[in-house]
Order: sequence, then C-alpha cells, then structure tokens
Amino acid sequence: MSPPVLTLTDIRKSFGGVRALERVSLELPAGCVTALIGENGAGKSTLVKILTGIHQPDGGEIRIRGTPVRIADPLAARALGLGVVHQECQVFDNLSVAENLFIRAQPTSRGLVDWRTMRQQADAVLRDLDAGFDAGTPAGRLSIAQKHVVQIARALTHDSQVLILDEPTASLSQRECAELFRIVRKLRDAGRAILFISHKFEEIDALADRYAVFRDGVSVSAGALADTTRDELIRLMVGRPVEQLFPKLETTPGAELLRVESLSRAGEFEDISFTLRRGEILGVYGLVGAGRTELAQTLFGVTRPTSGSMHLAPDAAAAGIALVPEDRQSQGGILDFSLAANVALTNLARLAPRGWCSGARERALAAEWIDRLSIRAHGPGQVVRSLSGGNQQKVVIAKWLARAPGVLILDEPTKGIDVGAKAAVHRVTSEFAQAGGGVIMISSELPEIVGMSDRVLVMRRGRLRAEFTRQAATGDALLRAASDA
Amino acid sequence: MIRFFARFSDATRRDLAFGGLTLLLFVAVTVAFPGFASPRNVAGLLDDTAILIMLALAQMLVILVRGIDLSIAANLALCGMLAALFNRAFPGAGVLPVLALTLVAGGLLGAFNGILVWKLRLPPIVVTLGTMSIYRGVIFLLSKGAWVNENEMSRDFTSFPRTGVAGLTLLTWLALLVFVGFMIALRRSRLARDLYAAGGNPHAAEYSGIDAGRAQFIAYTICGALAGMCGYLWVARFAVAYTDIALGFELSVIAACLIGGVSIAGGTGSAVGVLLGCLFIGIIRSSLPLVGISAFWQMFINGAVILIAVLVSARERDRQGQTLEARA
Amino acid sequence: MSGATGTVLLARLLRWETMLAVVFICEFVLFASISPYFLDVYTLSDATFNFTERAIVALPLALLIIAGEIDISVAAIIALSSVTMGLVASTGSGTGAVVAAGLGTGLLAGMVNGVLVTLGRVPSIVATIGTMTLFRGAAYAVLGDRVLKDYPPAFAAFGQGYLAGPLSNELALFLLFALLFGVFLHYTRWGRVIFAVGANPMASRFAGLAVNRYRFALFATTGFFSGLAAVLLTSRLGSTRPSIAQGWELEIISMVILGGVSVWGGKGSILGVVLAALVFGLITFGLGLMNVPGIVMSIFVGMLLILVVAVPALVERLRPGRVKGA
Repeated sequence: MSPPVLTLTDIRKSFGGVRALERVSLELPAGCVTALIGENGAGKSTLVKILTGIHQPDGGEIRIRGTPVRIADPLAARALGLGVVHQECQVFDNLSVAENLFIRAQPTSRGLVDWRTMRQQADAVLRDLDAGFDAGTPAGRLSIAQKHVVQIARALTHDSQVLILDEPTASLSQRECAELFRIVRKLRDAGRAILFISHKFEEIDALADRYAVFRDGVSVSAGALADTTRDELIRLMVGRPVEQLFPKLETTPGAELLRVESLSRAGEFEDISFTLRRGEILGVYGLVGAGRTELAQTLFGVTRPTSGSMHLAPDAAAAGIALVPEDRQSQGGILDFSLAANVALTNLARLAPRGWCSGARERALAAEWIDRLSIRAHGPGQVVRSLSGGNQQKVVIAKWLARAPGVLILDEPTKGIDVGAKAAVHRVTSEFAQAGGGVIMISSELPEIVGMSDRVLVMRRGRLRAEFTRQAATGDALLRAASDA
Repeated sequence: MIRFFARFSDATRRDLAFGGLTLLLFVAVTVAFPGFASPRNVAGLLDDTAILIMLALAQMLVILVRGIDLSIAANLALCGMLAALFNRAFPGAGVLPVLALTLVAGGLLGAFNGILVWKLRLPPIVVTLGTMSIYRGVIFLLSKGAWVNENEMSRDFTSFPRTGVAGLTLLTWLALLVFVGFMIALRRSRLARDLYAAGGNPHAAEYSGIDAGRAQFIAYTICGALAGMCGYLWVARFAVAYTDIALGFELSVIAACLIGGVSIAGGTGSAVGVLLGCLFIGIIRSSLPLVGISAFWQMFINGAVILIAVLVSARERDRQGQTLEARA
Repeated sequence: MSGATGTVLLARLLRWETMLAVVFICEFVLFASISPYFLDVYTLSDATFNFTERAIVALPLALLIIAGEIDISVAAIIALSSVTMGLVASTGSGTGAVVAAGLGTGLLAGMVNGVLVTLGRVPSIVATIGTMTLFRGAAYAVLGDRVLKDYPPAFAAFGQGYLAGPLSNELALFLLFALLFGVFLHYTRWGRVIFAVGANPMASRFAGLAVNRYRFALFATTGFFSGLAAVLLTSRLGSTRPSIAQGWELEIISMVILGGVSVWGGKGSILGVVLAALVFGLITFGLGLMNVPGIVMSIFVGMLLILVVAVPALVERLRPGRVKGA
C-alpha cells in the first residue's frame, strides 16, 4: 500500500459543549477510494467542514504527505490540494461553468480577469472528464448530476490531490451515478486519494477499496473492504445488530381506493393511469427526473393536472391524501416550530372545530404520536430543528397519520436518515397499510422498493413504462425498465 | 444567427432586447417631435440623467449582493449639505477637496449600513429604512433647517458640473466615466466577480472562501461613496441645498435598476442594463412635456414601468424554472 | 429559589412585551416630571391623535409581516384613498359615500398588491415599492398641486369626534381593532396558519394550507385598514394634498418591528405592537412638549428601528458558547 496522502490523528471538535468529534483518526492513501460510513450524527459532516476550512478542530493533527498543516479557511484548503464535492451542490447558477471552476482564482492579465484563458483552461478540464457540456454554459442550465461534475472539475482545476465526495449520489439517478463513478475511478487510477461518504452499501461495494466507520464522533474501525462483510459494517455503524431492515407486514390488498386515469401535466408527466387498493403499498420506481415527485405533488394537490382525472373512494376522499415530501427541511416540517405545532398544523380543523385553538389539545395529540412512532424527543414542546434527521421525518409522518388520511404518499421517505429511523419508518408504513390505508411509496433505493412494495410502477421520462408484481419486482428488472436501455 | 445569439448569456440577451426597446422609444418620440434627437436636446437629456445613472450603478452593486439601499437619496442630501456648508466655510478651497470630502463622507454613511448588514446580519430593508430617516434628520441638525442658496456658494463650486467639454457637460462625462469604469470592473475585476458569486449563492460563496457579508459591506461602502459624490453634484447643479433635496429619489434609482434587469434576488445585473434603464426613464421624463402631459405624471409612469418590469422578470423566472425541470 | 425558576422568571422579564411596558412607564414618568401639563386627561387624550391612525394600519401590517410579507405602499394607499375621497366629496356627495370611497379605494389597492404577489409571483418588497410609486404617483397625477377640502361637515366627526368623555373615536377604533386582531392572531386556527406561513411558506403549502389565499387576504386587509386610516386622517385634517401621509410607511413599519414582530416572519404579537404604538406616540408627544421639531424626531425613529433589530442580534453574537451549526 502506498503511503497516505492525508492523515488525521485524534481530531476533536465541540460546539457549545456538544461533542461532534470526540477522537477521530483517518488515513487516505493515494490511488484509493476510502468509504466513510456512519449514522447521521456520527461526525461525518463536521469532519468535511474541518477539511474544507469552515470549522477549526479543537485538537488533533492534520498532516498532508507527512507535513502538519492548518486549514484556516476554504482558500487554504484549496491551496493544500483538498477538493470537496458537497452534497448540496455548491454551484453558482448565475455564473458560467468556467467561472464556477475558477471562482476566486480567475487567471488574470494585468490585474483583470482573463476570460479567454479561463475558458480554455476550463474546457480542457471538462474535456478530460468527458463532461459533455462546455465551459461557457451558464451553470443554472445544468442538471444536478452535471453540477456535481462541475464541482469535481473545480477540484481538478486546483489540482487537488485529495477529493472528498460528500454523499454526491443522494439526488442522482442510477445512470448518473454510473457516470459519476466512471469519473471517480479515472481519478483514482490517476493516483488521487478519494474519500467517499455514502449511506448506500451498493455504491460502497461498487466504488470503494477501503472503509472507515465513525460512530458518535469516534472512528471505530478502518481497513480494506475485501476483509469485511456488509453485516459487520452495519454492526460497527450502529453498535448493535439490526435483525430486520425491512419488516414488511404481509397484507392482502382489498377494494379499489384510488383510480388515476390518463393524468398529465405539461412538461412533467403524461398519460399516467393506475389504481391503488386498500392495504396496498404501491412502489414507484424511476430515475431522478422521471416525473415521480411531480406526479406525487399533483396527486396531493399542490399542482394541478393539465388533463386526466383521479377518483377516490368516498371515504378516502373525505379523509384526504397525505404527502410526505422528499425535501424534509424545506417542505416537510416547520423546523422552528415545536413538535406539537407541527403536528397540529394538518389537524387544525379537528383540533379547533369552531376556530378556537387549545394548546392542551395540541400537546396531547403530539404526545400520543411521540409515543406511537417512538420519536426521540424531550416532549411535545421541543423545537423540530433540534431533532435528528430521522426523528424529524417521523414528525412529518406523524402529522399526516394523525389526520388518518385515506392515501399516504411517501416521496423518498428514508433519504439521508440512519438505519434505526429507517426501520421505524418502514414499520409505520406497513402498519398503516395493514390497517386498510393505501400507500404510494416513491423511492430511488432498490432494496427499499423491492422490500416494501406489493406492486411496483416504473416511470421513465414522465410516463409509466412497466408494472411489476411483488414476485416479479427484482432489482435487475426494475433497473432495466427505468433506464433507457 | 440563432447560434450567434445562443452564445450570449440570458442577461446579455435581455440587455440587447431592452436596448432595442429603448432605441424604439427614442425613435418614436423623434418621429413625432423631430427636435428631440437634436444634439442639444440629447446632451440635455444626458445631463438630466447623469446623476440617476451614477446612483443606479451604485445601487446595483448593493442589489447584486441581495441588499437594497433605501438611504441612498438621504445620503446624497446629507453629503450635498456637507459640501455646501464646507464651501460656505472655505469658499476658496476649490472643487477637489469638496469631491474628496463627499466621497469619504458618503462612503462612511454607506459603510455604516454595510457594517450593520455584515456584522449583525440585520435585514437591509430595515437598516436602510432606519438610516434614511436618521440621515435626513442629521441634515436638519447641521443646517438648523435653513437653506444654503446660490449666493452663498463660490462660483467654481457651482460651475464645475455645468462646464461644457466637447458638447457635453462635465457632469455627463463624469457619469460616462463611472459607467465605463463599472462596465470594465464588473466584468473583469475579481472583486466584482466575488460580488456576483456572493449574491448568486451566498452559501456556496462561503465554501469558496468568499465572505458574503464582507461583499455586502464593500457594496454598501462603494454605493455610499458614489451617492456622496452625487450629493455635491446635485447641490452644485441646482445651486441650492436644503433638508428635502432628492426626497423620494431612491425610488427612481431602484426603478432604474429593476427596469434595467437587475434581479432583486441577487447575482444578476449589468452596467449596460442599468444605463439603459436610466435612459428609458430619462427619455420618458423629457418627452412628457412634449406630449403635453403634466410632470406630475412622472411618478405614476415610473410606478407602472417598475411593475411591468418586475412582472416580466417574474414570468421569465418561471419559464426558466420550467425548462430546468424539464431538462433535469 | 431554585435555579430553574430563576431562569424562567428572567425569561419572562426579558420578554419583549415586558421590556416595552417598562419603557412605556419610564417615558410616562419622565414626561410627567418634565411638563406640568402632561398629566391632564385631555392633554393625554390629545396625545393619542398623533399615533392612532398609524397604529390602526400597524395592526394588519403586523399580521402581514408575521406571514413573511411586507407592504411598503401603505402610506401611498392612504394618499390615494384620501384623493378619491376628496374627489367624491367635491361632487357634493354625502359623508357615507365619501367614507365608502376611502375604504373601497384602500381595499382595491390592497387587492392589487395581493394579486401582484400571489398571481404575479413578484416578491412583496419589489411589488409594493412599485405600487407605492404607482399609488403616490396617481395621487400626484390627479391632484397636481391642488388641495381638496370640500368635505361635508358631518365628515369631521370621524377624526375629530369623541365617543365618550376624553375617549376619541380614533382611539376607540384602535382599541377595538387591537382586541379583534389580537384574539384572531393568537387564539384562532387562522392565526396559527399565519404564523406557519411566515415561518415556512413551502412547508405550509405541503401541509395542505391555502398559502396564497391567506397572503391575498392579508394584503387586502392591510389595504382596507390603510383606507380606514385615510378616512380618519382626512377627516381630522379636513383637506387632501397628494403629499398626505408622506413617509408614514417608515413609522408604521417601525411600530410593527418595535413591537417585536420578526422581519423574517413567523414571530410576533399584537400586544407588542400595541405597546410599541403607545411608546411611539408618547415619544412623539413628549418631544413635541419639549419643542423638538418633527424631522429630528425622525432621527429617533430611525435609531429606534435599527436598535430594535440590532440589540437582539448583538446579544446573540455576544452570548458565549452559542451553537454554530453542528
């Protein structure tokens, strides 16, 4: 094994008394992809922020090729050869791709920005990556996947020897992931050290050579991926064995609950027809951009269809449709409100039938659901922002389940939440279906779709392409139907 | 031809389209009133619009970094009063010290806005609404409510902006100089590119080592300095200084920016667009009396034009948003 | 006393409304000790005229700002409403028609703002900067340098009359509406929705709330109450110029923000706004007693506005060990 490019020893960091990193050590060898895994709150993002120069460690040592360094700010990080691809695309939509690559480091002649040279250098980097777009393109016109490529290109422009990928695939489709992985492998083979942060074991298996596991701010294990198993990694991450990831409860679907007939919305999806039955979990699989989220929003009623119709069973129509949106932070809940206020928001008509609100009634309702979904919170008064991601998602689900909807639509319900919370979300989803509700579950995670669904619809480019029974829905078949092949 | 246009960014294409519209307006007025395009009249129009141009360019910097400066006209009035009082106290000092004084004083007033927005992260609209009335009040305290009239000003003080050079006034040349300076600096200085980045995506800017708050501070300071200098020019041109000069002028300035394609959401705007926005307002203003409409309609027309401009840009944004979703 | 109850007590004391009340009392004592005329009931009653009209607009504007929007055009709406009333009055119409014209113009103007923000999807700052120019511009365009003053005699009752004893019609209206707005905002489910919309409009929409309907209604309400303020102000002055209520938007917004309403939306109380209006009115009155000119008063207003937002920000900055995002 080649000597490490980046070495972290006993890094510590606290925020106002809260330990984010307690004792973290990590080695990144050249020409090697190291996967960093850990539950949410294990300290991964704090580490990234330290390596980016946003935060300063309280203690410990960072060495690059054996020399101790201090990463004072993002510019210093760049100068030291540390490049980061952030999860939430740090790209300037209002600037061209070329400028995105060279921001704060534009080539100049006589003190003025030299646009021609900048364009040429940027185009050279993009060609190297087979990016498929040129440097003059305004970044706002690129897809999310292409923006990730822009971030990688930015790192290469500054000749970064260490590339940190922070959950880059969270919002990418399978095909876009494959493209991204191709580029990452190319960089690895060129001798760069790569840190790959991900929640998805399929991707880790596909891409990584080595692994490092963080738990509660401590690095608990590291080594070659070939020497371990997935179960072992999960055990290291969670610190306890997880018996069953997808506790699906078997149900026999009943009468028809929802019928959608050639529903279309211009530019988003076209001619969608399907039925949903009582007690059924209907999975909707597809690549990002296939129109699934848009369909969910129209079914829920945030947007209107341009044509087509939907028919709900009378009782379900009265109970309504619930949507747990993909973007938990901005659409799912009001983070600055208490848990009780969030749960009350969808139940105002019931909690305040004549218009008069009662704090006691609201707290009682929230307390009931904290109990039922085992939400880890101090009480109904706790502000949602201070909960972990998984518990925030449970609050969003609770606020809808409390309303007893006829149909529950879940859009990427377990994206970015830890294993324990994931199992809990799957449990309540299953229970809701078993009690006679209908569930539409949109997910890009094959194991989740395959494990949970009674039936799977596959969307591609705004249209329904295939339907699978639970038995026929294998990962392979779904993937083929979803991609253009 | 289409490929030629596709090479330009959306902002450049908007400037081209709006430039065509402004030209059309100019031609239309000229057809009806041939005297409108006479060199003399055009020079007068430019002279009338010069201060608006400089202020709008200054305001653009602030809007570019997601701010807004409502105190710009109050800053102008305060620095104008300072200039007049300084001139009254030292009539023989000449123009240069006055220019320096107003630039520094305006810069400080702007920096005060900037520091509040940067260090305390206060909402720009509240800060500048507050400083707007503070600055106006300070003028009253300085002048004790009295006017400074032409007979209290030295000759070179009042004649400086009116001096003719090659058919245009010095005031016009100054505005053109500021415009050209902005055009080059906005496109080709790293500092200005930092402003665009910070306004376009403050979060990403932070990860690129740009301090978005500091960028705002810089924008406010430059904006204030220019407003201060315009204070002297305004007072000298109209040969009077009192508490209420340029009252409400901040709205015309913001109008010129919005019409000129500066996005209130930050990160978008060009010097050419702002110049066109100012000329558009200037042409309408100077053609009103020709068409026989009372000058009292100017404000109403400004309001209507602002609303049309922002509605159009809201549509534009929607359209782009949709194409983005379709492409993704 | 245990530490926990001590902290709770301190938190209560530091509540914005409590601080405003303390400021109000201090002012009151200060002015009473400075001027011998201050403590007279009728003097005090007179003093209320200088803020009630503005405060009546501050109530709906508080709701609007809590809902995450802003309306800078309120003073321009007052001017436009006043001009309409003047024109209607000049045709010899009765008091009823004049008042209806004022309220109707306000409502319509507010609806224009609402349409721009909801259907037009223009950010409210920009939209109302535009309508502020448009409405004020319309007032100038129609009136030029003329003055309208042919109001029917009975019209004067609104802004100059007294309901009972020293209680003026204006003050009575303000107190009544303050109560109504307070109850509506804090004790009904529609109030809850207003807070939610301000805290996170997107999440509110995904909670199935009709966000745009609330926004529209709030803009229309603010317009309507600006019309009401125009009725009172015009009635009190007995004349209309296009420059009427110039600069009031600043004072009205200052009242709301001084009342503890967050400019970022999602936080605030009507009690705070009412107390802020009182503090505000008392300062104006007290400085008037001391012969300080109005323009100098604007320095105080401006500084107050900035201090009100700066102090909490400073406290936040200086507090040791604050959590800076994990």
